[in-house]
Amino acid sequence: MTLTQAEKAAVVTIWAKVATQADAIGAESLERLFSSYPQTKTYFPHFDLSQGSAQLRGHGSKVMNAVGEAVKHVDDIRGALAKLSELHAYILRVDPVNFKLLSHCILCSVAARYPSDFTPEVHAAWDKFLSSVSSVLTEKYR
Amino acid sequence: MSCVLGSLLSDSQGSFLEGHTSLQTDPCPASPAPRTPPSHGPSGRPGRGCGQGIKGPAGSGLSYGVCALLQPSRAATMVHWSAEEKQLISSVWGKVNVEECGAEALARLLIVYPWTQRFFDNFGNLSSPTAIIGNPKVRAHGKKVLTSFGEAIKNLDNLKATYSKLSELHCDKLHVDPENFRLLGDILIIVLAAHFGKDFGPSCQATWQKLVGVVAHALAHKYH
Repeated sequence: MTLTQAEKAAVVTIWAKVATQADAIGAESLERLFSSYPQTKTYFPHFDLSQGSAQLRGHGSKVMNAVGEAVKHVDDIRGALAKLSELHAYILRVDPVNFKLLSHCILCSVAARYPSDFTPEVHAAWDKFLSSVSSVLTEKYR
Repeated sequence: MSCVLGSLLSDSQGSFLEGHTSLQTDPCPASPAPRTPPSHGPSGRPGRGCGQGIKGPAGSGLSYGVCALLQPSRAATMVHWSAEEKQLISSVWGKVNVEECGAEALARLLIVYPWTQRFFDNFGNLSSPTAIIGNPKVRAHGKKVLTSFGEAIKNLDNLKATYSKLSELHCDKLHVDPENFRLLGDILIIVLAAHFGKDFGPSCQATWQKLVGVVAHALAHKYH
């Protein structure tokens, strides 16, 4: 699926705000993920997943940095995330279903912090964008 | 029915389904063995305690292994709500404007997942987000849907019965793929997050994910 120009614009615009709290949003999204979908914790047996843990914050930052890269290169997400795509395919092998779950939690965190910016159009664009990112990250799985 | 149940059972979102992953591979209730995937013996029957001469309920003439296969989904009758979960649900619900929230949730469903418009050919103009948001039929139907959701909240311990007729309706008359219940549930969660901000934190969301999952499951229960 490809994003329209309007959708790309919506993604880029709200990212400018999200970026200012990227780390906190990343950590919160992971907290939401682990609370709502405990099975996702199976990918992090080596982590301290308690609220506010340094590892949680660090990993949340990593995730949001990658999202930021995709935003910066919204016309070529595949190119921007090529290395990450290989990492997920050959090393991490996170089951594809989990990308939807994390995307949903990111949307919840963004909606909770920027309710007036999170219009239905922006919501749709971000859902599609994160879906696109998820596709890129799983496209080398087989 | 079995394929719908199968897809529901593999739905990774229903945390209440943990521990009830598959009718076929569930170890015997009587078996003290830890939950490992059963090995299949030469006879093809599940191993690990099944078919080891343990009798089923008196007079049934069945072994526990077969009993497990014939039991209806235990998940639907075994949802437990802690006091804290009930509190999280009612405290949020008490502040929800059902009409506004319902309208917004349905509108966003139709906007974010445009293929869901397939069920609403008679709703008139759905050609743009603006049209959808302003559409009076969307608003009215959104209110209807969320009002029904309120019924679920009042009957948390008996959802299957509460939604029995609605489930039949969605299957036999409306022909709605149950996946749409999951989509709408997630959209509702996002709407609640937008409305309540930090009051809709991770544990609140987790409780509501469980609720929308159980509602979706109850609505799909009568499908065949």
